[in-house]
Amino acid sequence: MSEHELSDVEREALTELLLQLGDDDFIYAFRGAEWLGLAPHIEEDVASASISQNSMGHAVMFYELAGTLGLSEANVLAHGREANERKNSILLERVNGEGSYMGTPTFDWAYTVVRNYFYTLAKKLKMDALQLSTYGPLVDVAKKVNMELHYHLLHWRTWFIQLSQSTDEAKTRMTLAIKKVMQDFGDLIHYGDWTVEIEKKGYSASAKQLEQIWLSMMNPIVTSLGFDETILEYELKQNGRNGQHTEDLHLAIATFSEVYQTDPVATW
Amino acid sequence: MTAIIEKNTVLEQLQRVKDPEIDTVSIIDLGMVERIDISVTTIEIEVLPTFLGCPALPIIQKEIELALLSLPGILSVMVRFVHTPPWTSDRITQKGHEGLRAFGIAPPPLFLEADGTWHIDCPYCMSTYVTIENLFGPTACRSIVYCKSCKNPFEAMKPVSTL
Repeated sequence: MSEHELSDVEREALTELLLQLGDDDFIYAFRGAEWLGLAPHIEEDVASASISQNSMGHAVMFYELAGTLGLSEANVLAHGREANERKNSILLERVNGEGSYMGTPTFDWAYTVVRNYFYTLAKKLKMDALQLSTYGPLVDVAKKVNMELHYHLLHWRTWFIQLSQSTDEAKTRMTLAIKKVMQDFGDLIHYGDWTVEIEKKGYSASAKQLEQIWLSMMNPIVTSLGFDETILEYELKQNGRNGQHTEDLHLAIATFSEVYQTDPVATW
Repeated sequence: MTAIIEKNTVLEQLQRVKDPEIDTVSIIDLGMVERIDISVTTIEIEVLPTFLGCPALPIIQKEIELALLSLPGILSVMVRFVHTPPWTSDRITQKGHEGLRAFGIAPPPLFLEADGTWHIDCPYCMSTYVTIENLFGPTACRSIVYCKSCKNPFEAMKPVSTL
């Protein structure tokens, strides 16, 4: 199916899906970039900067696809929208920890590792599913994203397993981090108000199914690392896919869109 | 009436468009050029980006335009980045592999092991006695590797495939 054969509802459902994917990667890349110069060691600085850069590239691809369906260009979608217009998961907009980048940041590496690993696995499952999408242009982009995602997943899985098997302090911090991440997990694999249209048209796989696969993959890993299986339980409280967001996202938008707001046509 | 420019002439010209960071390999060597359409005064060209977040793309686009506009009779050049088919590292030509090695970068392997690891030879001494220091390097497409034989750190281009 190409963009010319879509009805209005189909176009809107597709746009929603593309914005969810793009907004997730965009804010994820922003939070990752905030670690620049602060990561636990120099190799990690290089790695997480690289992953953030890739993810920003992925966001651009999804925004560009949305652009072909009649939305604004990628730069405007990234910088020119208010929080209530954004479709990203709440988990990804949360701050990295206390303090600010400009002041004294005491960011939480355990939380970042858990969030990034859990998100990357969810994203991997989505990209696998999108390779069977009925919307052709999305299939090729998903294929391309998947190639790079292989390395991201390997990276975060390594951190997750190694920290979980490390000292008692590390174990305690990882346990707290998993609990904190699961509090926001509800909307991560969710299409919000557009679930029926997105699934019925086969633009992506059913969210329920993806959730089950995610859990069936993560459960044996967390239990083999000595965590209680109930640690992965969660419920949906607030849904970012429907534009419900936290103060953290408002602050993030104010920071990353500062140049854009000052001069929308600036090149940087 | 002006004769239509030969495709070979365009390819020769594109050989001059190098990777902005690796001046020993061209976009042809990297297998980035997917389609070339030549009409009388216009050339349309489709290019496959290697890595999605690559910041070098606008530079590459500009250099393609400059290179092709310098051909006699060509008045406009259109460069489009496309994702069909997705670029994979097996598109890099033999010449590309040699160019990467000459720059001190290990080319990506032709085959991946079953567990996803890959075999890297040191581009300086060709030893296989190397360790990966970091899967991620100074650019998204490269890893950092250390050669235990000649004690040189070097970069290796990551394999990317649809498998």
